[in-house]
Amino acid sequence: MQVDWSIMFDFIPQLIAGAKVTIYITVLGLIGGIVLGSIAGLMRAYGGKILNAIAFTYIELIRGTPIVVQVMFLYFALPVLADIRIDPMSAAVLAIVVNAGAYIAEIVRGAFLSINKGLTEAGLAIGMPHWKVLLYIIGPLAFRRLIPPLGNQFIVSLKDTSLFIVIGVGELTRTGQEIMAANFRAVEIWTAVAICYLIMTGTMTFALRSVEKRMKIL
Amino acid sequence: MSFIEFKNTSKAFGPLQVLKDVDLSTEKGEVVVLIGPSGSGKSTLLRCINGLETITGGDLIVDGLSVTGGKKVLCEIRQEAGMVFQQFNLFPQMTALQNVALGPRKVRGLSKDEAEIQAQALLDKVGLSDKGGHYPAELSGGQQQRVAIARALAVKPKVMLFDEPTSALDPELKHEVLNVMLQLAKEGMTMVVVTHEMAFAKQVGTRLIFMEHGKIAVDDDPRTVIDTPPNPRMKDFLSHVE
Repeated sequence: MQVDWSIMFDFIPQLIAGAKVTIYITVLGLIGGIVLGSIAGLMRAYGGKILNAIAFTYIELIRGTPIVVQVMFLYFALPVLADIRIDPMSAAVLAIVVNAGAYIAEIVRGAFLSINKGLTEAGLAIGMPHWKVLLYIIGPLAFRRLIPPLGNQFIVSLKDTSLFIVIGVGELTRTGQEIMAANFRAVEIWTAVAICYLIMTGTMTFALRSVEKRMKIL
Repeated sequence: MSFIEFKNTSKAFGPLQVLKDVDLSTEKGEVVVLIGPSGSGKSTLLRCINGLETITGGDLIVDGLSVTGGKKVLCEIRQEAGMVFQQFNLFPQMTALQNVALGPRKVRGLSKDEAEIQAQALLDKVGLSDKGGHYPAELSGGQQQRVAIARALAVKPKVMLFDEPTSALDPELKHEVLNVMLQLAKEGMTMVVVTHEMAFAKQVGTRLIFMEHGKIAVDDDPRTVIDTPPNPRMKDFLSHVE
């Protein structure tokens, strides 16, 4: 079979629709993941024994299992266990929230604990309660250190959405497969799909770089 | 009435007993100089006063408040006891002025403008009028430590705690910091100072405490005991310091 690159252009509208779903899952999932991860990370870093144990269990459960198993569990097992019906899209978003949250928790914990302890003491010594020290002094410093590893996680999560093909979410990879099934143009279609992912991850890298440049790591 | 009072105070880090049943009572206006070999517990003693270390036995009263009184009481004590650290510990993302203004804003509830006017006055006082807009990384060690003193003073403490404030400084920068401390003492500020600067102790100190193995070994007038140490171990220690 001849390779015909021009055929890629015929499927641009379909691929863009798929990419939109990928972006939708990634953005919503990461927003949730950042919230959940920040809470779990701060529980790990500063919580008492109980909060720490809860966060630790969550993180280990998620990091210790594949994301495909997690999304299968959410989509197929949860309805049986708890009688909760969940549509594929919600399951996909939720899987990214829960999965990214666990990794982001460790990133947040690491960033906060890497800030010189003397600065916490200096904040406490002027009479600020601990939460204010974290909010006004340590948080802004930790945030700068969060950006590089967070960028890494963003890219991983974006690519992880391709695994939701298993529950039939019409994201980019599934779109590619559907087109493939119709015309068997493997080289052209998978190249086009790969380029779409590169454009998305590239944009994300570029955005994070510019944030990083604006904020000096102190 | 005593201002800071250690009552049978102990502090242990796990099995390591750092302070052993310390009794010490200081008055307002005193400049107490703490000396002793490393590991003798002098920094720990100082850090117990504002609760950066939690005492493990006895009691410690600061201006009528016990350091064991819980988080709220501890915040009150810390507002009354400013601390200056060996490593300065300035907040690196803030300018000198912002460093000094943070406490008044977030602890005393002043507006940004009020806090910055007051912060500028304090920078003037420590001789850094024109450095308000500089970040810590742009200042010398001596300048950073003077900003740190201004930051501690900004919360209007009744006592200042100094933890080896000149130990991380080059010899020619030490005097900038010592001069500011001298000035403070002249104004009647109550101070507790951990230092190896014996000339400062003699000139400014009203009381000298030599610590050894977690206990107070000597507690006397610095002018008499520095020249004639009453204790052979203190004599040995002083011969290494000077």
